Amino acid sequence: MDKDSKPQGSARRQFLADTARMACGVGLLGLGLGLYARHATALPPAAIRPPGALPETEFSGACIRCGLCVRDCPYDILHLAKPEEPMSTGTPYFIARQAPCEMCEDIPCVKACPTGALDHSLTDINKSRMGLAVLVDQETCLNFLGLRCDICYRVCPVIDKAITLEPQTNTRTGKHTLFIPVVHSSDCTGCGKCEKACPTEIAAIKVFPLYMAKGQLSAHYRLGWVEKEKAGGSLVAPDIEHQYNLPEGMKYEHGKGLSSVPPSEAPPAEPVVPKAFQGGKL
Amino acid sequence: MSATPLRPGAEAIAEKGWLAAHKWLILRRISQIGILLLFLVGPWFKLWIVKGNLNYSYTLDFLPLADPFLLLQSVLTGEMPEKLALIGVVVVLLLYLLVGGRTYCSWVCPVNLVTDFANWLRARLGLKGGAHLSRMTRYWILGMTLLVALQTGTIAWEMVNPVSMLHRGLFFGLGAAWAVILAVFLFDLFVMRHGWCGHLCPVGAFYSLIGKLSVMRVKLPRRDACNDCMDCFAVCPEQQVIRPALKGINGTPPVILEENCTNCGRCIDVCSKGVFTFGSRFGNSGK
Repeated sequence: MDKDSKPQGSARRQFLADTARMACGVGLLGLGLGLYARHATALPPAAIRPPGALPETEFSGACIRCGLCVRDCPYDILHLAKPEEPMSTGTPYFIARQAPCEMCEDIPCVKACPTGALDHSLTDINKSRMGLAVLVDQETCLNFLGLRCDICYRVCPVIDKAITLEPQTNTRTGKHTLFIPVVHSSDCTGCGKCEKACPTEIAAIKVFPLYMAKGQLSAHYRLGWVEKEKAGGSLVAPDIEHQYNLPEGMKYEHGKGLSSVPPSEAPPAEPVVPKAFQGGKL
Repeated sequence: MSATPLRPGAEAIAEKGWLAAHKWLILRRISQIGILLLFLVGPWFKLWIVKGNLNYSYTLDFLPLADPFLLLQSVLTGEMPEKLALIGVVVVLLLYLLVGGRTYCSWVCPVNLVTDFANWLRARLGLKGGAHLSRMTRYWILGMTLLVALQTGTIAWEMVNPVSMLHRGLFFGLGAAWAVILAVFLFDLFVMRHGWCGHLCPVGAFYSLIGKLSVMRVKLPRRDACNDCMDCFAVCPEQQVIRPALKGINGTPPVILEENCTNCGRCIDVCSKGVFTFGSRFGNSGK
């Protein structure tokens, strides 16, 4: 028989067939797993990572799902993701609306982390950037409606820096002031206290992971006033002084507004009405 | 000869008594459940002897233990662990180099309780046959998990790993992990005998690599006394490991050096002739 006469060839054939079977079968599994893992890098908007967490793409490789951060959180705000939750199984998160980060000064969760998933170089909790608060709904924010709710501003652990109240005219009443809460990414830690405290049925201010909350200018953009300050002076030929058409005896200065001109400084009287409108002599 | 076939171990029970014929099984269950309890008294009674889970744990704020397979995946994604995790890996590697690699599977892993139950039920219900798969599959899966970690930059295997899902779930909230564990149980019960632990699990496959060099082994100092009752084969979760050492095939010394022996000790329990015992891998060439 042909098969018996070539035992080596048959064995090699069998080996190749077995190898191909394994490689293809397990390869298919690996493909499925790899595609599934892609979802791990897309953190759902309501889930906020603990302080010092690396960017999501690195975090899902560095976090070993041990839960030590959960255990060492004195306020028990952290959870480990369950398999059915839309994020990487076993990784830590908190939901700001349920229980925000209390911003412990000694940051025990970071200290507990046995890997670099929570960055150990973070020692000042005010420098953590767990996420960024965004006033998502101006239609339901009570301050936008003209009330002095101010709760998000009051509960903010970085009060007057992370959230400020900016006065604005209430155009509805025409005589009141709106105090608009404005979040500043330079100081917001993303702790979520504002979202937790927002008194509306669904929070008007929410904390989102940074990748969702933050925009970015194009790399080639330059802010003229910043560049001017850096250079110590105007970078182009000085502006021509703007000419204003003003009533006689008035002047306008930038930053000061209208003022009357003392008679001595008054420019020589010129025809106020443009020539074209002066009409002909009758 | 008895008219009805006896259950494996019946002779040993008659010979040594029930307790001696279940010694290692009982010790193993004590170990498995005891480890679970050590982790559980934390969340239950706020008695923090051990924090964490099998991926990484911290005992008495002193002893770190880390799973080397997991840390390897993490490193492959391009992340470096901190000092405690590295110490933990070294401790675990040394421990299993001493007591046997897949000792993890039979003495520590919680999934073993599930699959052992499935296998016990399978025998009791007289379920025969099922799907066949090479026992090498687990190494392919092991390689695949490492490759996926390298490729995706995430520890992808941890998203679906039933071992850590169950262990972590017991202390941090199980969620839908119960369905995954049930699936493993049903797979072992109906689809494939010793399917998960013996064919598929890459965690066990990784520990078996440590087991290639580990010291503690099942030895067969009295293999001449073997009466071919086959009880050891019937209870062994990795049957292929016994024959070479028992029969001295190709001059194999009387010690099970095969890396997939889980050191469960069930063969020692069920042998009425006292063929097996625990010992070291060294000094076995003579017999």
